[in-house]
Amino acid sequence: MSIKDRLSGNEAIATAMRQINPDVFAMFPITPSTEIPQFYAQYVADGKVDTEFICVESEHSALSACAGAEAAGCRAVTATSSAGLSYMNEMLYVVASSRLPLVLAVSNRALTGPININHDYSDSMAERDSGFIQLYAENNQEAYDNYLQAHRIAEHPDVRLPLMVCEDGFITSHALENIELEEDEAVKDFVGEYHPENYLLKSENPLAVGPYGVSGYYMEARVAQAEAMKNAKRVILEVAADFEKRFGRHYEFFESYRMEDAELAIVLMGSSAGTAKVAVDELREEGVKAGLIKVRVFRPFPGEEIVEALKNCKAVAILDKSEGFSANGGPLFAETASAAINLEKRPKMIDIVYGLGGRDFTVGHAKRVFARLAKIVETGETGPIYSHMGQRDLRKEVQ
Amino acid sequence: MSKKAAEINEQIPWQELTTGCEIYEPGTSRLTMTGEWRSKIPVFHKEKCKQCLLCAPFCPDSSIPVKDGKREDFDYDHCKGCGICVTVCPFDAIEWKEVH
Repeated sequence: MSIKDRLSGNEAIATAMRQINPDVFAMFPITPSTEIPQFYAQYVADGKVDTEFICVESEHSALSACAGAEAAGCRAVTATSSAGLSYMNEMLYVVASSRLPLVLAVSNRALTGPININHDYSDSMAERDSGFIQLYAENNQEAYDNYLQAHRIAEHPDVRLPLMVCEDGFITSHALENIELEEDEAVKDFVGEYHPENYLLKSENPLAVGPYGVSGYYMEARVAQAEAMKNAKRVILEVAADFEKRFGRHYEFFESYRMEDAELAIVLMGSSAGTAKVAVDELREEGVKAGLIKVRVFRPFPGEEIVEALKNCKAVAILDKSEGFSANGGPLFAETASAAINLEKRPKMIDIVYGLGGRDFTVGHAKRVFARLAKIVETGETGPIYSHMGQRDLRKEVQ
Repeated sequence: MSKKAAEINEQIPWQELTTGCEIYEPGTSRLTMTGEWRSKIPVFHKEKCKQCLLCAPFCPDSSIPVKDGKREDFDYDHCKGCGICVTVCPFDAIEWKEVH
C-alpha cells in the first residue's frame, strides 16, 4: 500500500536510501545535493539505518571510499552535484571499468563558469562517456522510483555497472511535491540484498580488483564493458516491469507523450517535460499534432527505440539543457540525430540549447519551439540546425 | 565466472575475460616474467657477502629470496634492475653490470 507524503526530490532520494539501508555512504557536501547526506545523517543518528556513514575530505575521496567498499562486497552510495561530479571524474572511470555497481545520486547543477548553483545538465553530460548508467527524472516521484530501481539494474550479473540517478537541481531537488512512497518492507523486498559472487573480504578466495591492462587486454576489457552497457537495456526494462507489477507505476527508456499521431515533436529531459506537456496539451486543443518524448535513460542511449517513436514525425526539436561547445549542437541532439541517420525517411531535426544555469523555460518557450517546427514543415526549410533559446540577444530569436 | 589467472592470456576472446579483469587468486605475479624489462643487472658475489640482509628488504620487487636467515641468488625472472640493492650493500657484494 503506497504512502501519500510530500517531499523534496532530495528527501525522496534520501528516503529511498534509508529504505534500502546500504552498507556504506561516503559523503562530501555540495549544493544542491547536500541535503541528501544531511537527511541521511539524521537517519543514522536516529538509528533508522546501520549504514557506515563516512564524512570524507572531497568528492574524489567520496567515490574512492565507495569504490573500496563496493569492491569489499558492500552496497555503497554517495551523492553529488556540479563541480563535485567533475572532481569524481577520474574515479567514475575506475569504478565503471572495475565494474563496481555502486549508485550515485546527482542533483544536476551547471558547471562553472560563470559560477552558478542552478540547474542544467552540464555536470552529468560531461560524464556521459564515463561508463555509468544514467537515469533522469521529471519530478520527485520519478527520482524516488528511479532510485528504487537503480541498485537492481546496476548489480545485475549481466550488467555490473555503476549508475547515476539524476534529478534537476533545485527544481526537483528542493521543491516539495506530493509523492507516493512505498512501504519499507516492500522496498526491501523489491531491491533485495546484495550478494556479489566475488569480493575483497571473501577470505576463502582472495581477489585483485583493477589490475593493469596492457594493449593485449585493454580492448577486450572495453568491449566487455560496452556489452554490459548494452545488456543494461534489457535489465532496465525487466526491473521496470517488476516495479510496475509491484507498485503500479510504469517506466520505459523514455516517456512518449501524445506521440501516437504526432507530426511535430520535442525531445527533452527532466522537469522541463512537465512544462512542455502543457504546451502540447494546449496545442492539441488547437488541432496541432504536437507530441513529446522525455528521455529517462540517457546511458545506455535508447537510440533505436527513440527513432522508432519519432520516425513518422515531420519535424523534431531536440532540446539540450547543456551546452557542449561542439559548435554543432548539444549531446542529446548528437545522440538522437545519429540514431536516426539510417532511416529511409526521417523527420527534419533541429537542436535548441535552453535553460542553462537555471534560465527559465516556460510554456511560451515550448510553444515557440512548436511554432518553429510548424514553419519548417510548411516551408520545407530547416533553417539553423543549432541555436539557443531564452538568452538576451541583439539578434532576433530563430523562428 | 572464476577463471584461473594462468588461463588468462592474449589469445582469449573478450567473452572469456573475468568481469572488470578481476583476478580470483593470490600470488599471480609469479606468472608474469617482468625481469625482461631490465637494462642493467645486479650480480651477487657470495664470497663478499656478510649476510647482513640489508639488500633484501630494500628490494622493491621481492627479488632477493631469503632462506634460513641467508640471502640466496637473485630471482632474475622478476628483478627489474633498479640497482637499489647495489647502492645499499655495504660490502660491495653486488656488482652492477650492463646487460648484453
